[in-house]
Amino acid sequence: MHDIYDFVSGPMVWVSLIIFAAGCIYRFISMALLAKEKDPFLYNYMSPYHALRSIFHWLTPFGSENMRKNPVFTIVAFSFHICVVIAPLFLFAHIILIKQSWNVSWWFISDTMADIMTLIVIASCVFFLIRRIVRPEVKFLTSASDYIILAMVAAPFITGFWTYHQFAGCRIMGIIHILSGEILLAAIPFTRLSHMIFFPISRGYIGSEFGAIRHAKDW
Amino acid sequence: MAESVKNAAAEITDAGIVGGAAKLTPEKIEKVINNVLKAEGGARLKTYVDICAHCGLCSEACHFYLSHDNDPKFSPAGKVKQTVWEIIKKKGRVDVEFIKRASEIASTECNLCRRCVMYCPFGIDIAYLLLTVRRICHKLGITPQYIQDTAHSHSATANQMWVKEDEWIDSLMWQEDEARAEIPDLRIPLEKEGADIFYSVIGPEPKFRAQLIYQAAVIMHVAGMNWTMPATPGWDNSDMCMFTGDFEMMARLKKIHFESAARLKVKKIVMGECGHAFRSVHDVGNRALSWKMPPIPVIHAIEFYYELIRDGKIKIAKKFDKPVTFHDPCNTVRGRGLHEMGRYVANATCETLIEMHPNREHNYCCGAGGGVINCGPPYKMSRIDGDKIKAEQLAAVKAKGAQTIIAPCHNCHGGLEDLIHHHKLDMNIKFLGDIIYETMEKPE
Repeated sequence: MHDIYDFVSGPMVWVSLIIFAAGCIYRFISMALLAKEKDPFLYNYMSPYHALRSIFHWLTPFGSENMRKNPVFTIVAFSFHICVVIAPLFLFAHIILIKQSWNVSWWFISDTMADIMTLIVIASCVFFLIRRIVRPEVKFLTSASDYIILAMVAAPFITGFWTYHQFAGCRIMGIIHILSGEILLAAIPFTRLSHMIFFPISRGYIGSEFGAIRHAKDW
Repeated sequence: MAESVKNAAAEITDAGIVGGAAKLTPEKIEKVINNVLKAEGGARLKTYVDICAHCGLCSEACHFYLSHDNDPKFSPAGKVKQTVWEIIKKKGRVDVEFIKRASEIASTECNLCRRCVMYCPFGIDIAYLLLTVRRICHKLGITPQYIQDTAHSHSATANQMWVKEDEWIDSLMWQEDEARAEIPDLRIPLEKEGADIFYSVIGPEPKFRAQLIYQAAVIMHVAGMNWTMPATPGWDNSDMCMFTGDFEMMARLKKIHFESAARLKVKKIVMGECGHAFRSVHDVGNRALSWKMPPIPVIHAIEFYYELIRDGKIKIAKKFDKPVTFHDPCNTVRGRGLHEMGRYVANATCETLIEMHPNREHNYCCGAGGGVINCGPPYKMSRIDGDKIKAEQLAAVKAKGAQTIIAPCHNCHGGLEDLIHHHKLDMNIKFLGDIIYETMEKPE
């Protein structure tokens, strides 16, 4: 058990971090080069003002017509995205581990807050799952990969909550927690989760098209 | 509902699709698809397919989806799933039946109105994805027959309606003659080098709606504009090739149009009340010719009329007294943000303007645009059924008292007329030019 723990909390951390960082850089650069080769006009039409205007509107809760039409989804989606990033980055236990290993640390949130945020992420994943099954227009678009990705996102949070609260089998859960977190991190650049990298680009581009060329809103 | 869609799919009778499909083999399909994806499907296509979260949030944007009682097959991403995703997943190894249906989905069940683009959180240009499918279908030769015939007319005559050169000049002289009965010194100046304005229209104007040229001439005359129209091909600014995916021909058409204006050394191009032609000249065709923006400034009639009224060049004698509503064409609103200028003109010329909802950038499509009405009789009923939501929107604004719909776009007129007729809405449709002509001060 210790060996496995040492392995997933040692070299595997490095492996996943490197895959994540290098993967993001690779995806970004290769897409930028492909755009340069095949769609060079994308660069010409990018308008920083209109790109930021569009991104700003879509990062503001209820900042677009569609968000106002789907208030529940909007609240869940925003809470989910905020919590899924904040909770792991500012969790006390994570920061302690990082401080022990690399002697760097930063601000952290209270454990109660972390618990609440974790539960929000888990509940959001359940919401997304139910929505995927129940709503015909979402179900029609769904393939197995959508469920796998959802499970990959939910897993580190479920297992993390489990481990922190020391439910039965928390040792093995702790290992699964670390491993699932690593898998998630490594998967970001190579799955639909890559919208983390490409959201600002696709949003910014269409914002530029709508704003600078077509003089229209895109929200 | 799913059943009826399946049946519809099984009964593709369009001569262009059926005839084209008869000449196809799976090998040819695979080769053409991969050529298009490799040569033209760049970073945009790849990113859009990679990041789509399959969330379905685009669904409610689509009038086809809403009109088919939320049938997911008609949602924007649903249409992409049935076409682009399959094609990419199978690396082009799709069969003839699949590609027949793909042609029908892309050409007749999507108006490329880009409303869904405003509803996708990632800003995925779904219209671009379905246009890529049309491009593939064009290269495979399975474009619906009627719109392909229009594209052939473009190729042969550089206009949409098989109008011959002498017929074009004749039509202008005929309209000039008619208008001179009303305003004796009116001219439709042909080939006037150095004029300020090059006025271009779409093929259907001389063919079916010649009175629009008459009205435009009266407006130009009264406003004291220094304008001209070419006596050569290049007078037609329309572009069905843009919608069939025949991008080579699209570029040629825009070249003839811009070069005619350049030859006459005009300061700007003013276009008649057409939406898709404006999209082609202002936004798409110029890019095909490697111009970031049009080489000669291009102004849609809405903006032109707005300027004329704002600057006092046209004065209104008596406002139009029946309550009107304003329909924002996709290509002038999501294509150029002309909604407030349109309302300025409507308010200046009409006593009462009642808004339909949704409106402005969020207006529902007329169902005809994007070349869908040009796919002709085989798809007339699927087009009308696919835009039930528009009829409901019109019925609601009619209930508030609106009798006349102002729609500054030819395609919208076609689509709205069919909806009004089918749903017995008893409303009439006008161009801004119709209203201005009716209400303006004219010389005695």
